[in-house]
Amino acid sequence: MQDNATLRAVTAAERGLLSCLSCGLLSRPAAENSRNNCPRCHATLHSRIPHSLTRTWAFLIAAFILYVPANLLPIMETKSFFGEQQDTIMSGVVFLWESGSRILAMMVFIASIIIPLFKLISLTYLVLSVQSKSTWQLHERSRLYRLIDAIGRWSMLDVYVVTLLVALVQINTLAHIRAGLGATAFGAVVVLTILAANSFDPRLLWDNSPTDHDRH
Amino acid sequence: MTASSPKMSATLIACPDCDLLQHEIVLPARSEALCLRCEARLFRAIPHSLNYTIVSLLTGLLFFVMANVTPLVQLELKGNTVSSTLFGAVRSLASQDLLSVATLVLSTTILAPACEIAAMLYLLIPLKFGKVAPAMRLVFRFVELVRPWGMIEVFMLGTMVAIVKLSTFARVIPGVALWSCGALMLSFSAAAYFYNPRDIWHVAKHDAG
Repeated sequence: MQDNATLRAVTAAERGLLSCLSCGLLSRPAAENSRNNCPRCHATLHSRIPHSLTRTWAFLIAAFILYVPANLLPIMETKSFFGEQQDTIMSGVVFLWESGSRILAMMVFIASIIIPLFKLISLTYLVLSVQSKSTWQLHERSRLYRLIDAIGRWSMLDVYVVTLLVALVQINTLAHIRAGLGATAFGAVVVLTILAANSFDPRLLWDNSPTDHDRH
Repeated sequence: MTASSPKMSATLIACPDCDLLQHEIVLPARSEALCLRCEARLFRAIPHSLNYTIVSLLTGLLFFVMANVTPLVQLELKGNTVSSTLFGAVRSLASQDLLSVATLVLSTTILAPACEIAAMLYLLIPLKFGKVAPAMRLVFRFVELVRPWGMIEVFMLGTMVAIVKLSTFARVIPGVALWSCGALMLSFSAAAYFYNPRDIWHVAKHDAG
């Protein structure tokens, strides 16, 4: 596919073209300063996601704040004959590990603790790198964005685990499980990081690339 | 892809990830075009993608119904048997005043997949017969909006973790819905692989004149 490089590295934005993020069609805006819609699927068109960095920051900061209660507050409370027990995400991982399911324990640990943290830190780094107009490791940063966009959903794992435990272990049986506030905070973190990743426009990473220096 | 001089068309496209303008190329079957600069996937060429997507979606629809009407897991403890369906699990969360979490689970495991299947079939079945569905553009954008929120595969793994946790103190019997969820997950992956917005607009354009 290298032959395709007959085109110099020119972006759609430089040519004044808008590409539709919904259906992929490239089109010429009808008029300056007006709302443009894709001629094919009618989605609203923007050269770059409006206020992308501000929005990403807002979601990120909210997610960082909620990350603390998500990990400290109990996600579930178990009442049984043996007493009362409160479980945080981490203690749930420890329980799985000690009961012998080490592979599952690792999976929950990665999905609930590593992925959200990795996603928060990586997105913060990506936003900062755009704001400092960095041109360092563009390919890797592009790949990093695609990675966090793809793995974010797996953090929902623990929310589903708690949902099922709550549903199956009800008052009538020997134990009673209630979902805790930690579950709410945790669910919010997952949704906020997904929204943050969706608000970030990866094209901003390339806008400072050396190939289009002539634009400024 | 080893082709040294791919056929270029006059159509220009911009990479969704880095905005680089490039000529669309004619792809050999079952291959994908990557962006020259950032290597994002631009599009795939899958012959008969419309047929394959419809079949995957109809299979998915069948398993979706099964996953929702049959019990997910059954718990047996000292002669007591408790079972729960997917919706039942959401309801018991809601009954504990955790409406936000209940809404989140309901949206990602029931509503989003249901909307996705229904909206895609609504788009694709008329296209199959050479017709364009009313409000096609709206439904197309709706599909793009809903797609990231369906999380059946994560739910599947969550169910397995829950089963392992419970099996330390009770007998846990996986229900029909659990297997259906697994099959639904596979049908969804297949549909996502075959679903090709480019083909949809290509066919729609031809028939709408």
